[in-house]
Order: sequence, then structure tokens, then C-alpha cells
Amino acid sequence: MAHNFLLEIGLEEIPAHVVTPSISQLQQRVSSFLAEQRIDYQEIKVFSTPRRLAIQVMALADAQPDIEEEVKGPAKKIALDSNNNWSKAAQGFVRGQGLTVDDITFKELKGVEYVYVTKFVKGQPIERVLPELKKQIMAMTFPTTMKWGNYSFEYVRPIKWIVALLDDKVIPFSILDIVADRTSRGHRFLGHEVTFADALDYEEKLMADFVIADADKRKQLIKKQIEQIRLTNNWNVVLDENLLEEVNNLVEWPTAFTGSFKDEYLAVPDEVLITSMKEHQRFFYVTDTAGKLLPHFIAVRNGNTEFLDNVVRGNEKVLTARLEDAKFFYTEDQKQSISDYMVKVKKLTFHDKIGSVYQHMQRVGIIAHQIGKKVGISNAELVDLQRASEIYKFDLVTGMVGEFSELQGIMGEKYARIFGENNNVAQAIREHYMPISAEGVLPISKIGAILALADKYDSIITFFAAGMIPSGANDPYALRRAALGIVRILKEQQWHLDFEKLNEVLVLALATNTTGLPTVVIENIDSVTDSVLLFIQDRVKQMLTNADTRHDIIEAVIGNTNTDILTIFEQANVLMVHKDDADFRSVIETLTRVIRLTKQNQVTPDKVDTRLFEDASEEALFIAVEDVINNIGNAPLSQLYTSLAKLVPTIVTYFDANMIMASDKAVKNNRLRQLNIIASLAKQLGDLDNLVVK
Amino acid sequence: MTKKLPMQQIILILQQYWASQGAMLMQSYDTEKGAGTMSPYTFLRAIGPEPWNAAYVEPSRRPADGRYGDNPNRLYQHHQFQVVMKPSPDNIQELYLGSLKELGIEPLEHDIRFVEDNWENPSMGAAGVGWEVWLDGMEVTQFTYFQQVGGLQVDSVTSEVTYGLERLASYIQDVDTVYDLEWADGVLYGDIFKEPEFEHSKYSFEESNQEMLLSMFDNYEREAKRLLELGLVHPAYDYILKSSHTFNLLDARGTVSVTERAGYLSRIRNMARLVAKAFIAERKKLGFPLLKDHALRAKYLTDNEKDLKGDNN
Repeated sequence: MAHNFLLEIGLEEIPAHVVTPSISQLQQRVSSFLAEQRIDYQEIKVFSTPRRLAIQVMALADAQPDIEEEVKGPAKKIALDSNNNWSKAAQGFVRGQGLTVDDITFKELKGVEYVYVTKFVKGQPIERVLPELKKQIMAMTFPTTMKWGNYSFEYVRPIKWIVALLDDKVIPFSILDIVADRTSRGHRFLGHEVTFADALDYEEKLMADFVIADADKRKQLIKKQIEQIRLTNNWNVVLDENLLEEVNNLVEWPTAFTGSFKDEYLAVPDEVLITSMKEHQRFFYVTDTAGKLLPHFIAVRNGNTEFLDNVVRGNEKVLTARLEDAKFFYTEDQKQSISDYMVKVKKLTFHDKIGSVYQHMQRVGIIAHQIGKKVGISNAELVDLQRASEIYKFDLVTGMVGEFSELQGIMGEKYARIFGENNNVAQAIREHYMPISAEGVLPISKIGAILALADKYDSIITFFAAGMIPSGANDPYALRRAALGIVRILKEQQWHLDFEKLNEVLVLALATNTTGLPTVVIENIDSVTDSVLLFIQDRVKQMLTNADTRHDIIEAVIGNTNTDILTIFEQANVLMVHKDDADFRSVIETLTRVIRLTKQNQVTPDKVDTRLFEDASEEALFIAVEDVINNIGNAPLSQLYTSLAKLVPTIVTYFDANMIMASDKAVKNNRLRQLNIIASLAKQLGDLDNLVVK
Repeated sequence: MTKKLPMQQIILILQQYWASQGAMLMQSYDTEKGAGTMSPYTFLRAIGPEPWNAAYVEPSRRPADGRYGDNPNRLYQHHQFQVVMKPSPDNIQELYLGSLKELGIEPLEHDIRFVEDNWENPSMGAAGVGWEVWLDGMEVTQFTYFQQVGGLQVDSVTSEVTYGLERLASYIQDVDTVYDLEWADGVLYGDIFKEPEFEHSKYSFEESNQEMLLSMFDNYEREAKRLLELGLVHPAYDYILKSSHTFNLLDARGTVSVTERAGYLSRIRNMARLVAKAFIAERKKLGFPLLKDHALRAKYLTDNEKDLKGDNN
């Protein structure tokens, strides 16, 4: 007969973001446990709310299957004494297995004969196996754990009850003082104690006590309720998935409701209103069909429709207090000027070991200017970039950002416009934070992109110089994300940027400017530039790997002397495009041979002397190479590859016809000089030596 | 809600209720502090194995939050109703909800939620896990299970329930600004506190004597350390509180330079750690008298070094 098993862990309110990962973990643990125990079942259903994690295992087998297990004993020479009688060791071994010496067979393992017995293992009934699940419950891991009472055991929140039912029987075990039983609790306020007669009663019984235990069903219900509200009011609702997930894990019995705020608050920027509703109160904001924000919201209560008026009024009151604050800040902030704010920015810490935000901005200004010149923006744009770099953090000290820190940059742009800054400057202030996540949107404007690059670069290099280098999972200042941001921006903008040159400028600036770095940090800058470059290149590597770039191609384009990110991507792209060409192998082998020869036999640079040619193939190669050089100009790397590939047969003929290491030194050097020219072209494609073409 | 409770009535009800649940009614501690947690009745008593159940109102000063009496919700000094129970009772959430009922807040008539909020006070080396409690969307209580105090991992977990009295009263009396709250008998919160709020804000933001405060901080710190060496835990703790408040005053003026700020915080943290160790050592000398469980008491008294370890962060 098949059985059903119910396990429920009752807890004090679990953090909303921990609920879903925790139930997946419990499901995973139970399924691995059952597999390990060789227990068949049909499926595992999961249930989760803020106060419970539960699973139902459906159609479990009665018992583990019986198995025959081969057990290895002592070596044959130990098992038999000199008279060929069974030794004590052999007898002890079979006794330990519940068998007799008659059951012994011999088998060879790595050249030695051993005693073996085949043991019959009777499968345990599941009620004997299931109590072991206790270990799985206790082994659960969580992002934050806590102790309570006088226990030293740690868990996500205190455990309040445990239900463990196999059909209609309690599976006995206990954790701390909590004894597994058949009694659960319903909704904290609407419900009561709930006792299950059978494991299958779970969902229905809880439902009767105002708990929708199935998280998906609960979420669907919330969606349906919101949809109903939307239809009734003819609103648009942005059903943010993350918010929905969070709200779903804050309730056991959801009731969606609407509230309103006064029209006058609509004068405050939408972003502020949305942040107040979404981040602070977990409300869904609504718009009209044209997308204009409306003075209403949708929230979800953990309860039924009774006394909903109180709940609506309370939530409206809280939101109003927040919006009143926001309106106050919005008005007050506009009474000051950007230069007033910049005075305050001077007092703002960037990092204790590095100095102030203001000093960081000064360094960023220098770096940004350098990048701006390098990527060729106009003089007018350089002026805007200069202005942006002088003020771009001013909003950090406004009342609004003090209250709503997630609006940094967004308020900066808004206020900058109000204070009469031009579009380029205002936009760059917002964009310099981008991308704000690994996959986040990148700056659109060039000035925003440059400011973003400079801001991130200065952060990375100064944190490195101050000894705060990310390691393992420890990256508190999100420097990896900053580095990835740099790489993505350069790729997106198609900008060539030589970090070595950038460093030179920075080091020079530090020597001549008062950019506020402590001496020890300044002294370290020079020595960390290489590791910073490697750190950034690691992000390139990560992106190439994610794009399924062949491993040896990644090795070929990364880690050589190339300090320009965009070139790395171009090299990888060219090699990936041609890697399956019929002649790829011969092209790479020929070019690496050229490179190796020139590396092993260095000559003073000079022109190739055509008068020293002894063979027609030399003339032919000379002309072909000249041709490549004349045509290549500033053409992309893809064209260089094609040209070199075309050159390869000529090189091969040249190798066949000529001894490079000729006995006449002048001839030898002349040939090496010819190869040098080809080598320097080939090296532009990457470190070809690392390619696997066998 | 049938009637609007004046603030003093709210306090009386909470005192009555928690006293009946076994909390000792302590009085506000007479040294300036930023939160009820910093009263020795919480901070020191949360350390070590001895049980402790107490409730008290704590006027809490936060100079940087002063708004000259203009802001409806922000105050230089607000009032916390603090309940600490150690070890945390199994039904502490239910006890808390019971207190709301006493105040006329019927859970079925509202939406009450426990929303994750882990609390940390790095300058006191204290951290805990818990929630903020939402009443119809408004945060009215901070609920914390202490995990670390003064840099020491706790032996016995203190549950701390901190009601923001002004918030709670604003909800109960349904007023839009704290200054309209009725304290008692027709006397409004504003009648009592508006003037001091203005003056303290003016002082904290404009008039405080920086030189004097800086030298006071140094003196307080020196005195605290000296007293710690003498094993005078409680006077030392008073001076730590004074240095903390003095730093808050300096910080409100925004004149503490950026690097110095971290320096001050770490100086306070060091003192908090020293006093935590000293307190537990002194209690041990006394034989952990509040620990009535003989077996546990014997265990902690013979457990020589353990209590003093764990201060690595």
C-alpha cells in the first residue's frame, strides 16, 4: 500500500526573501534523503508561508527494497591459517555480518585475493527511516541565523511546532523541546490550532483556518484580486514580480485593497512617489491607461475583508506622512544651490582609509577629462564633462536623498535641471551610477559613460591601493560589479582605452594635485595598477566565457600585454569567427612559427634589404607583405586576419625555399627582419601561441 | 478603538501589562542616551547567563534627528517603551500581541505583521535578529533577539521589544503630528516638548561648543578606561554613555572630519567591549546571583575562560 507523508516546520515569521529559497532547499534535502534511502515515491508537494515550511510526499513505498550487498572482508592470506583453516579474523568477520564461514567466497582486487560475503539486507519500513529526516531539518542553511532562549542551536527564526504524519500516524522525533506531532496553527489572528487526522488533510484543513499554504495558489489569488481592482477602476498596474513575490511571502490569507493620497503630492517626482509606495510600504502603484501616475495604490493585507477600513486608513496615513516628508524635502532642497551642497559634500566620507567623496570627485574629474580626450568628444562636450565631474555627487547631501537613498542620481538629475544645468550635465549625473547591476542598463550619453568609467575606475584603484581587495565572496564595495561595468561600457561604446596610459595620468595627477589620498595609498597606486588591470580583465574573461568563447581563444586574447579591453573582444571575435575555417590550423601554425623564430633570434630593427634576396620566394613575400601593410591602414582586426591568412601560403613557400638561419649573417638578419614585420602584424590578433590547433 | 488613550495612559497600561507578565518596572536611567537599548538595564543585563526581565520608559536623545520642533514625526528626543526578557520566552510574540490588545488594538480589526528587520548598533558592538512590527503599514515596534552585545556572543538570548511611544500614540489618537498628542488631561505633547525640541535643535546644530565637546569626549573616555581598570563597571559605563552622547552632539554639527568619525566610533566600540567583559567578570565574582538554576549556575561558575572569549570582530 502506498503512503503519504506530511512534514511541516512551524516558525516565527521567516524573512520574506528567505521563504522561497528555503522551501526549495527543504524539498531538495527530502528528495536526496529519500533517494539515498532507496525509498520510492511519486512526488513531493511543497507549501510555504511566512510561518511554515511544509512538504507532502505522495505515494511512498512501504519500505526500502530488500537488497543483496556484497561485503569485502580480510585478505585471503589472513583469512586462512597455515593449515588452511579459517582464522579468527575470518570468523569474526562473518559473525559481524550475521553469516557463517560457508558463505565466504574469494575475489581478486588489484592483484590480491579477498574474502567476500553476499549479505541480504532487509529493507526498513518507512516509519523507521522517516525519523531520520530530523537531521535534514536541522541541517538547513539560511542567509542569517539566530539563537533563542537558552539554546545554542541556530535557525532562521525560532521553531514553534513540527508536524510529521505518515498517513494517520505521527512519526516521532523531536528538535530541542519541540516534539513532532499532528497539530499545527492556522492564521495568526483569524485561525486556531489545527489538528490533522491524516497527512492528506493538510491543505484543506489549513484553508479552513485562513491559511493558503500553497505559495503559488496564494500568488495567483493576489494576482486575481489585483486584476479585479484594476478592471473596476480602469487602471494600469505594473505588477512587479519581485514585489509580488515579497508580498506573497508576507501573508497567509491575502486581501488586496486600494488606498489613495492627495493630488497635491503628485507634484513630487514620480520616482519619489513610487519608491515610497513600493520600497517602503510594499504597495503597487497604479497609472491611468496613458501611463500617468495616479494618486492611488494597491496593497495586500494579511487577513480578510473585515475592518478593512481601519487597514486602509492606517496605510494611507503612513504613506501620507512619507509623502509629506518627500514634498517637504523637494521644496526645501530647491531653496539651496548646487554650490551650497558642494560645501557639504566636502564633509562626506568616501571611505575612512581613502578620504572624502569630494576628493574622489576631483580625481574622477582628472581621469574623466583624460578619457574624454582619448575617445574624441568635442570641446563643448569636454566642458560639460568638466562641469558634471565637479558636481555629480551633490544630491547625496540633499534632504531627499538623505531620506530616500535609492534615489541617488535620479534626484541629482532632476535637481540639476531645476538649477539650470544643461541636459548633458544632468543626464550624466544620473547615468554615472550605471550599470547598477550585473545586467543593468548602461549609460546612453557619452558624457554619462565617461563619468561612469572614471568614477568606477577611481573606486577600484583607490580601494586596491588602500588594501581593500575583493576576495572570494567578500566584495563589500561591489568592486567586481564596478569592473564589469567598465568592461560593458567600453564594449557598448566601442571605445579603445589604454589603462596603462590612464594610470600614468592618474599617478602624475596624484603627484601634482591635492586629491586627498593619504600618502600610503598614493605610494601604493603604482604597485596595484597591474592587479587592477588583471581584475578588470577577469571580468572580460567572465563575459567571454558566458558568451561560450572557446577556452584556448580566451587564453590567447587575455593576459598578454594588451591593456585595451575592446581589442581583447575584437581579437576573440575574429578568432571565434575563423576557428572552424579549413585553413585555421595552418594559418595559426605558420604565424606562431614566425613569431617563435623572431622571438628566439632577435635582431636590431632595420628595413628589409631587397638586394640581399637570393630566391624568388623572398621577393614574392616582400611584395605580399608590403601589400598587406599598405592596405591595412586602420581597418578592423577581421580584415587583418583575412589578409594574414591569404599571406600564409606565400610564407610557407618562403620557409620551404629558404634557410632562415643562413650562414651569411647579413642574409640571416635580413630574413629575420622580414619575419619581424609579419610577427608584429600577427601579434595584433592575440597571443596565438595559446591556441590549440592540433 | 473606543476612546483615545492619552500618552500617559498608554505608558501606564504597558507598565501594568508587562509587570503582570513578570517584568520588573525599572525607571528611566539618568544619563543621556540614544536608545532604550543603551540603558544598563538592557545593555549590561543582556550579557552573561543571568535571567533578566524588565520594562521601562526611556527618553532617547538623537541630536541629529532634531528638527526645531517643525517636523511632525522627527524629534531630538523621543520616548521608547522598552521590554527585555531573558531568556526569551517561548511565547514572546503572543505576549507582545497581548499588550496591543490591552491598548485597544484588536488584531482582527487591523493588519499586524512581523517584517524582517535585523538590528545592529556597531558602535556598541551589539547586533540582533528580528522584525519591525507593522500596524496597518506603520512601524510601531522593533522586536529583536539579541545575538551579540559588546562584541560578546550572548549565552542566553534577550528578547527586546521596543515601542516607539510617539508613533504608537499618534496611531491610537489619530493625530498627524506628535505635537498634537495628548499627554494627559488636555495637556498636549507640544505644550511640553515643543520648546525644548527647538532649543535642543538650535543647540545641537548651531550653538554647541565644539572645543568643549571634543575635550569632554577625551576626558570621558579617559575616565571610563581608568574606572574599568579599577573594576568600577557601572561608573565606567556612565562615562561610556556620556562619550557616546557627546559624539552624537559633535556628529550633529557635522564638524567631525570624515576620518575622525570612524575613529570616534571605534573608540566607543572598544570601551563597549571592555565594559561588557568587565561586567560579566564582576557578575561572576558575585556568583551570578540572579541565576536560580543551580546546575546552570555551577556550569557557568566553573566554566573559567569561556565567558570572556569571543571578542574577535
